[in-house]
Amino acid sequence: MKSSVVKFGIVVFPGSNCDYDCFYVLKKILKQEVRFLWHKHSSIEDVDVIVLPGGFSYGDYLRCGAIARFSPIMKSVIEFAGKGGTVLGICNGFQILCESGLLPGALLRNKSLKFICDYVNIRVENNKTIYTSAYKQGEVLKIPIAHGDGNYFADDDTIKMLEDNGQVLFRYCEPDGRVTPNANPNGAVNNIAGIINESGSIMGMMPHPERASDAVLRHTDGRRLFESIINERLLKCLET
Amino acid sequence: MYLAKILITLRKSILDPQGKAVRHALQSLKLSGIEEVRIGKFIEIKISSKNKKEAEKIAEEACKKLLANPVMENYTFSIEELPA
Repeated sequence: MKSSVVKFGIVVFPGSNCDYDCFYVLKKILKQEVRFLWHKHSSIEDVDVIVLPGGFSYGDYLRCGAIARFSPIMKSVIEFAGKGGTVLGICNGFQILCESGLLPGALLRNKSLKFICDYVNIRVENNKTIYTSAYKQGEVLKIPIAHGDGNYFADDDTIKMLEDNGQVLFRYCEPDGRVTPNANPNGAVNNIAGIINESGSIMGMMPHPERASDAVLRHTDGRRLFESIINERLLKCLET
Repeated sequence: MYLAKILITLRKSILDPQGKAVRHALQSLKLSGIEEVRIGKFIEIKISSKNKKEAEKIAEEACKKLLANPVMENYTFSIEELPA
């Protein structure tokens, strides 16, 4: 890795539709090295960070993310993740991470049965991770969601583990930061919008930070998520 | 040739908003006595294998690995032999 940039690989499944949004933010706004990784390829090459973007991989057939999980590239992604590699899943990417077993739980149909495309407020629950270090603890972010299956569910023991370990990174909340049933768009347990694995390398979230990263779109709260990853990678690089 | 008939249902602890919406629609038809609706999936797979036991094994693996997600779903299946 060159000292000044991070190499991002964005996996493209048939039906991914936020791949170019991620590419644009990482390449054009944040000036990083970015390449697409086709789902049929088996190598993730020499990337530092993998992004599983949003969309409707394989038409959401069977269950969201269920079929993507078995595409050739995922074998390498799972291997990379197993070695502590940084893997970010956004929306459909989060669903794929859960289906792969890289993150616990599952994303069920929204409680309202409606596909929701809207801005939501989410609260940063833990800023001591490589994904959230550029945020303040408890900060409220305005970031869009666009999903029909974002209702995070896991059994009670898993939820307790996530909560106790600080693995819940984002929670749907009111504009003032209060976590209320009213602020929960999809019925997710404990208003969970994003989680991280135990070792802190794999993260999944339903909201779309890449859609809130360009000032032209008026909201830029998502950009610091990518900046956190870049800063942490570069810091790590300096240390070693 | 064997035919696996696979039934996938949401686990009891999982809310089924789709089933609830359908229940409301059924109740609006004035059908009496409808108390609960749960919606699942039905999948048929043709399997060519040496014997029924092996077909069962294959169906079991298909359910475990892909067709059902144990976090939210249960599955059952039956295997029948198809006439040659």
